[in-house]
Amino acid sequence: MTVTDAAADATPKGVGDPILDLLNGFIVQLRAAGLPVSLTENLDAMQAIRHVPLEDRETFKYALAATLVKHHNHWKAFETVFEVYFSLRGDDYQIGDELVELPEMDDDEQGDQQGSGDQQGGGGENLTPEELAEMLYQSLMRGDQQMMRGVARQAVKRYAGMEPGRPVGGTYYLYRTLRNLDIDGVLERLLEQEQNEDGEAPSDFEQRLARDEYQSRANQLQQEIEAEIRRRLVADRGVEAMAKTLRKPLPEDVDFMHASREEMASLRKAIWPLTRKLAARLQRKRRHGRKGPLDFRRTVRASLSYGGVPAEPKFRNPRPHKPEIFVIADISGSVAAFARFTLHLVYAISGQFSKVRAFVFIDGLDEVTHMFEGVEDINEAVHRVNTEADVVWVDGHSDYGHALGVFWEKYGNEIGARTSIMILGDARNNYHASESWIIKAMNEKARAVHWLNPEPQSYWDTGDSIVGEYAQHCDGTFEVRNLRQLEAFVDNLA
Amino acid sequence: MSHRFSDVAALKDELAGVDYLSDEGIAGVVYLADRLQKPILVEGPAGTGKTQLAKSVSEITGARLIRLQCYEGLDEAKALYEWNYKKQLLRIQAEGGSDEDWTDLSDDIFSDEFLLTRPLLEAIRAEEPVVLLIDEVDRVEVETEALLLEILSDYQVSIPELGTLEAKQIPLVFLTSNNTRELSEALKRRCLYLHVDYPDMEREKTIVLTKVPDITENLAGQVARVVRSIRQIELKKHPSVSETLDWAKTLVLLGVEKIDEQTAASTINILLKYQSDINKALKELATADGVTP
Ligand SMILES: Nc1ncnc2c1ncn2[C@@H]1O[C@H](COP(=O)(O)OP(=O)(O)O)[C@@H](O)[C@H]1O
Ligand SMILES: [Mg+2]
Repeated sequence: MTVTDAAADATPKGVGDPILDLLNGFIVQLRAAGLPVSLTENLDAMQAIRHVPLEDRETFKYALAATLVKHHNHWKAFETVFEVYFSLRGDDYQIGDELVELPEMDDDEQGDQQGSGDQQGGGGENLTPEELAEMLYQSLMRGDQQMMRGVARQAVKRYAGMEPGRPVGGTYYLYRTLRNLDIDGVLERLLEQEQNEDGEAPSDFEQRLARDEYQSRANQLQQEIEAEIRRRLVADRGVEAMAKTLRKPLPEDVDFMHASREEMASLRKAIWPLTRKLAARLQRKRRHGRKGPLDFRRTVRASLSYGGVPAEPKFRNPRPHKPEIFVIADISGSVAAFARFTLHLVYAISGQFSKVRAFVFIDGLDEVTHMFEGVEDINEAVHRVNTEADVVWVDGHSDYGHALGVFWEKYGNEIGARTSIMILGDARNNYHASESWIIKAMNEKARAVHWLNPEPQSYWDTGDSIVGEYAQHCDGTFEVRNLRQLEAFVDNLA
Repeated sequence: MSHRFSDVAALKDELAGVDYLSDEGIAGVVYLADRLQKPILVEGPAGTGKTQLAKSVSEITGARLIRLQCYEGLDEAKALYEWNYKKQLLRIQAEGGSDEDWTDLSDDIFSDEFLLTRPLLEAIRAEEPVVLLIDEVDRVEVETEALLLEILSDYQVSIPELGTLEAKQIPLVFLTSNNTRELSEALKRRCLYLHVDYPDMEREKTIVLTKVPDITENLAGQVARVVRSIRQIELKKHPSVSETLDWAKTLVLLGVEKIDEQTAASTINILLKYQSDINKALKELATADGVTP
């Protein structure tokens, strides 16, 4: 590590220069959100903002991002902090102002929304619900951003019921606003409209395109609404408190067991590039594989052609045989997502193994290897596993002991010296018998047995978790709660 | 030091003038790179205009484009410089027997005359303005990245036999990556970072209009619209801009005026490469209410 790196989290002081103080405050928030910002990057950002005016919001945002965010995965976290931090520092923000003027919460804020409601003639202020609904309809039909912003401001003011100091989160206000706007109803109306225009009924294909189009406008509107709520919340509670409430884990740190729907989607998106990278890395590793130990016999034989000088040392192949992998995965309730991602990753790099076999269980157990064979889309296979595998024996509550028993009886003698076994699960056994002797017996035959647990280590062996009983017979037990940990494990495996 | 661009909006216009459609982010970061004299690392999916950006910037600035195409196994000798050892040998042989002293000889053969200049060194030594494009840097091994660090931070190259060569002008440097592996933190720290993603529908439509001869505005709009819908489906590989352009050209050749389901189905293999993606997309597009899983 160089000296610069060691000082990486020092923050240069912006001696009294308001714009530098502003930037330093921002970087503090970024770091609090988990983004790594080095000293060099901090200095670059200080340079950057000298060239790009704060008033030019978009460019300013990209300029800061270019110097401070070097992983695309971190963009969303950056953007959230940016929006909160700069939400009140609009076009009219003057450097040197002690505190930013809070926007008037009550009547007169039409000043900054010119253009939004002009067509309605009301300048956007205090529209009747009917007028607002009509404006909503128009804004979605035209995809007019300015108008959407106007709708968002009006709608939040009218429907969100925001009051200073009220201790509820932004999602509550969002929910209230959306419920009153009935965007879905408007979308349906817009789609029907499509039909009439053309004279004939549109095909499914045309409907699909139209729906996607309107849906993306609706999403845009929702973002405007969120921004408006955020702006008001920041005004009420301050930047720091808001930044804190909105802080979310980075995608690589999202906990498999507690991922929201939205986070799940981002995980699914993240997994493809990750498998691609992993596969490329492993392939390189194999190709440039470190040499194995010296092979004396072959070296001596080769030396004969050099008059007995060992001019051409021969090495043993470092990986004589690719390992065979058995994945045995608990796919019950809360750990299902974890099993899915792990199966996905293992199959994505299955070229690194001589064979991959997959078994899934809840209280019964089923082999699902065939569901992955010859399929191009691993996602689809994983989906089939979840819907088709025969894994329920009695009541569909995890019973590791019974599931392992089934495995041992049916497949135990197929474990060979080259088999690496990965068991996935939280070992929450609903107080059934552990049958941990089976793990011991498996490990006697196998090359290795690893246990991957998606729970935080501090929860292990609490309540009905009996991972410790199994762990004593494994070669390793690993906490794998997120993509970061999963990637590291799989990387080492191959 | 004079600047290449007067402001972001002007830069955006100039790029459009050479048929490169940028956005606030792209233009903003290029502008900043010039002001801060820092390299830009452009990362994003294949076929989104990363390489073209460097070319277009060289075009509008009138700077010579020097390109280092990266590949696995690229080394110093191919990236930076190499001694022309054949010529050196000839010289040594020619001197053979004479009593010129070795130090003189070695000074002589390790001089400019025997140096083979490779792209990185060429960019440093150029007298006139240049744009240096280090293309697909994710293809070289992590260890090889170290080669780039000195140039990227100090715009200089150290050659043991010649000393340190400093740039005569500060080149505008673009590194591109298709993101097949994570680049080292050291490299990233030295660069401004620009993620180039698929363009939004409006920009893609403009790209199509600009780049596809004889296409009508209406068809360009339809193309961008269908591609947007396809990119919302969870697929192994989404269509890139170059694939959009290929598709649009095909549709023009086929004389298509309105893209219906039939047309889409029979030409979608230009947009999507995996059979499973094709199947999935066709199934999705035939579903009116868009039940994406
Ligand atoms: N923003 C854009 N404006 C104009 N053409 C573009 C744009 N983005 C991509 N293209 C076109 O798409 C094709 C692929 O671009 P390229 O730069 O080779 O992609 P990449 O380097 O990202 O893989 C080229 O023909 C390029 O001209
Ligand atoms: Mg390229």
